[in-house]
Amino acid sequence: METILQINNLTKKFGNLTAVNDLSFTIKKGNVYGILGPNGSGKSTTLGITLNVVNKTSGDFKWFDGSVSTHEALKKVGAIIERPNFYPYMSAYKNLKLVCKIKGIDYSKIDEKLEVVGLLERKHSKFKTYSLGMKQRLAIASALLNDPEILILDEPTNGLDPQGIHQIRAIIRHIASQGTTILLASHLLDEVEKVCSHVVVLRKGEKLYSGRVDEMISSNGFFELKCDDEEKLLQYLEQHTSIEKTIKKEGLITAFLNAPLSASAFNKELVEKGIYISHLVMRKESLEEQFLQLTDNK
Amino acid sequence: MLRLLNIEFIKLWNNKASKVLILAYFILLSLIAGIAAIKFNFGVFDFHLAEQGIFNFPFIWHFNTYVAAELKFFLAIVIVSMVANEYSNKTIKQNLIDGLSKKEFIISKFVTVAVFAFISTLFIFILSLILGLIYSSYNETSIIFSDLEYLFAFFVKLLGFFSFCLFVGMLIKRSAFALGFLFIWYMFEGIVRLGLFLMESTKEYADAITQFLPLKSMSNLIEQPLARLGAAKEIASMAGEDLSYDYAVHWYEIAIVLGWTAIFIFFSYRLLLKRDL
Repeated sequence: METILQINNLTKKFGNLTAVNDLSFTIKKGNVYGILGPNGSGKSTTLGITLNVVNKTSGDFKWFDGSVSTHEALKKVGAIIERPNFYPYMSAYKNLKLVCKIKGIDYSKIDEKLEVVGLLERKHSKFKTYSLGMKQRLAIASALLNDPEILILDEPTNGLDPQGIHQIRAIIRHIASQGTTILLASHLLDEVEKVCSHVVVLRKGEKLYSGRVDEMISSNGFFELKCDDEEKLLQYLEQHTSIEKTIKKEGLITAFLNAPLSASAFNKELVEKGIYISHLVMRKESLEEQFLQLTDNK
Repeated sequence: MLRLLNIEFIKLWNNKASKVLILAYFILLSLIAGIAAIKFNFGVFDFHLAEQGIFNFPFIWHFNTYVAAELKFFLAIVIVSMVANEYSNKTIKQNLIDGLSKKEFIISKFVTVAVFAFISTLFIFILSLILGLIYSSYNETSIIFSDLEYLFAFFVKLLGFFSFCLFVGMLIKRSAFALGFLFIWYMFEGIVRLGLFLMESTKEYADAITQFLPLKSMSNLIEQPLARLGAAKEIASMAGEDLSYDYAVHWYEIAIVLGWTAIFIFFSYRLLLKRDL
């Protein structure tokens, strides 16, 4: 598969603070990537470096096959970072005209892209009269103008109301369905879970995980159990080879598996040992729990 | 190059404040022609400014470029805000993300500044030519087109000053503070000059050093022309004063200002290169 962006050992320091620490990952064509991490984990800094607005401290990155300069490569990229930045005194249409000039493309796509984000009727209104949701949609239209090889979105739903969030996500899904590579940075797990196929998890500038979203949940899941004779159950779980650890909380015993084990087989075992349980649920960690585990444990 | 100029033009011309200031600047420039209409009547003494020789070739080149340069502050505001607003609207960030290189960004600003200086020069050339043809006592082609170095000095002066504005805008990132800084810098040069004067108590010593300061070097390019006027000379000779100003344009003055221009543009670029946006 074609490589779109390759990051090697990228490090960025702001004085004493290391915002990005020895980060490496690769973006391949056709996938939808998420960069996931709490606020201040270095997501925006990483994107800023690749987008030519933040200077790296060390390491390197290359766009496409590395044969063109960053700013030339960026003409084939569509990106919005944090807040929509446009000239407030100019209309949406004129702002997009300016972007066309910078990217060196003609104006023919402007109306089409405004249509995609539902702003065609308001195209002659000044940018400063727009609501935040509209500004964000205009930013997406602007990023799409050149039919980019990759669309980079940094916290695209930040600060929007539920309706706005819904609209933006619908647009992103629509774009993803057309085969555009997307890189989405977010601290919102459900956003990444709903949209992305691959994920890079960051914490304090370090990579904790990188790979497919479904493989990130690598564990075999866990059982939630309730039993009248808790002591006996706990004793049994303690010496069970498939069970990694148990946690007792709020009257529920949670047993984490380190090997595949079905709920019915487990129930059968317990009955054979004379342990009768009143509650048995088998669950897999949600991305959220997985994420918290990843970011807490290390 | 044309693409960069086009980008800047879209940004400027759609900004109402910039548009008004640019138009006001050119309207005020044209009002130099209005000087011709100045007439005083003190009973028997009839004073018509246009007949005092200010519109005579080649003196008109000197006079008009000097007066016109005083209006440069209108464009200074436009230039400072066209740079500082890129920061306050964060559009500089978006421009770079959209694929403008940092070098192109600085070039686009510099080319705009150069065009401002060039159009101003062209405008003053045409205006002076017309005024001169109407009021000048001498109309020989060789006289009309002598002393044209004042126009070149005018161009260099504006280019240098506007580059200074561009740099200050890049450095300070806020229009109001940047304009304030320009004013403070102006006073600073004055204080340095005064300090040097008090130290050695010769004007020559102070001038020898301050001629290298940016604003002073720009103002040195075109000396005030009024001392050349017939009336001023008469008054001076009556008072026994010798007003022989050195009002020529010197090559080293041009070189100093061009040097500053290069420094300002280079450091604007360096600033942008080093900065995390």
